[in-house]
Amino acid sequence: MKKVLMGNHAISIGATLSRVQVIAAYPITPQTQVVEKLSEIVANGELDAEFIKVESEHSAMAASIGAAAAGARAFTATSAQGLLLMHEVLHWASRARLPIVMANINRALAPGWTIWTDQNDSLSQRDTGWIQLYASDNQEVLDSLIIAYKVAEQLSLPVMVILDAFVLSHTYEPVEVPEQSEVDKFLPPFNPEWKLDVNNPHAFGGLTAPNIYMEFQYNHHNAMLKAKELINKEGEAFGKIFGRTYGNIDKYKTDDADYILLTSGTLARTSNIVVDSYREKGIKLGNLRVRTFRPFPTEEIYDALKKAKKVFVVDRNLSYGHSGIFFEETKASLYNSDLDIPIFGFVTGLGGRDVTPELITEIVEHGIKSEKPENDVIWMGVQK
Amino acid sequence: MLELRLHGRGGQGTVVASKILADAVVMAGKYVQAFPEYGVERRGAPVVAFVRIDDKSINLRSKIYNPDHLLVLDPTLIESINVTEGLKEQGIILINSEKDPSSFNFDGNFKVMTVDATKIAISHRLGSKASPIVNTAILGGVIRALSIASLDNLVEAIKNGVPVKVEENIAAAKEAYESLKGGN
Repeated sequence: MKKVLMGNHAISIGATLSRVQVIAAYPITPQTQVVEKLSEIVANGELDAEFIKVESEHSAMAASIGAAAAGARAFTATSAQGLLLMHEVLHWASRARLPIVMANINRALAPGWTIWTDQNDSLSQRDTGWIQLYASDNQEVLDSLIIAYKVAEQLSLPVMVILDAFVLSHTYEPVEVPEQSEVDKFLPPFNPEWKLDVNNPHAFGGLTAPNIYMEFQYNHHNAMLKAKELINKEGEAFGKIFGRTYGNIDKYKTDDADYILLTSGTLARTSNIVVDSYREKGIKLGNLRVRTFRPFPTEEIYDALKKAKKVFVVDRNLSYGHSGIFFEETKASLYNSDLDIPIFGFVTGLGGRDVTPELITEIVEHGIKSEKPENDVIWMGVQK
Repeated sequence: MLELRLHGRGGQGTVVASKILADAVVMAGKYVQAFPEYGVERRGAPVVAFVRIDDKSINLRSKIYNPDHLLVLDPTLIESINVTEGLKEQGIILINSEKDPSSFNFDGNFKVMTVDATKIAISHRLGSKASPIVNTAILGGVIRALSIASLDNLVEAIKNGVPVKVEENIAAAKEAYESLKGGN
């Protein structure tokens, strides 16, 4: 059934259709409607779940950890400072190999106080061992939540589904809401091999001496690598049922492209418009949207870029003193390959500054006319 | 692609109006985005919302700077802010006002239409006399002025999008549809 949904409600409905059993969340702008809607759905009896009101985001994740360890499908959502407050327990969730799914609304970090979008909140959780999926419209938000549980529970890894503040969270657009019966066919109930059970007691997360700690890390890393295949596989399986297929990357006219934009989130969609306008002029531009940031889809990115002459990475984030983060990751992951083409790193749209087709066009123009990038950060749309 | 900008004040239902309009437009078989000016809203303060309509799926994710048409839910805003900023030539300005369209003078080649949404809302007991909720009434005028969805689509969208006084809101929209001034 087609409904006009704001991104936040697409999350709530995605979680509901995934039949989550425990929701522990603390409200924060711009995520608040996610929690409001879910509490309403639980209170109405439409979803048989435990809704735990917590006093902070740290507690929200801690409660999700407890729930998942006890064998329940757990869900939470947050944004910005809330995600940062969770940081310690994010590591705990992934290292305990608990398949929690969380929605994070990308909101820039304070100070200066802000509620608008950029990716620094989620990207600064890069090494917490969570899978990170970046959505580009509200349909993808809803669908990704369902797929996230399917992937998470097979690999015992937590997944973050990430979307832009306001540009998706507060934007209403048509979303096809899947039938519950169809979702049930795709996503079976959570039935973990190991769980906290008073009738069959186990201890988890005990003292792990140097003779065994490293093996857990080895397994965790291998599970992440396996996620690369599984995200594509389950994204295709989802497509067979629902007609919408998802993967680690989303290629738009890249196959024959001389120049390729590398983007993520909603600005990737605006970039497609710029691709079309260059194609009309006979210039072969393409757009590679990276949907999975962790695990990083190095092989697929290499394949998509291998015939290009130049790559223009557009980052709505920044690692101070180095560069944009997708740029850094892309460049580093290709360093040992035979690909020797200029990769440009543009930083723009921080703190919700609007990313227009004109701005993307400026990026492309700058890249085409420059032989090599003059810096690791090329600022776009900044008042210097 | 058609881009609209809605001007109202916090509490008038401007953002809800954009959502109901989006719903009606989708029922008419089109694609749509509806979004508020991304900010912090306060009762009585100027509020802006946007609607983008197209026959195909919409990739554009930036704000709207040059709307095709405007909706003004509170006519006093015309005195305090430049509502026509960026408005395209020939754009329709639909104003909630008891006045005749000819009594408005804007600097530019625009077409003014009016509908007395305040009077209609009060007569259907939507909100209070001091603070009427005019959003469903003005949408009746919008549907008439822009032909972007049918009145039936709007009625269905109001049923989906209004939490209370559904019949009153529908009646207000219908009355506004019939009483638009300056339209074709």
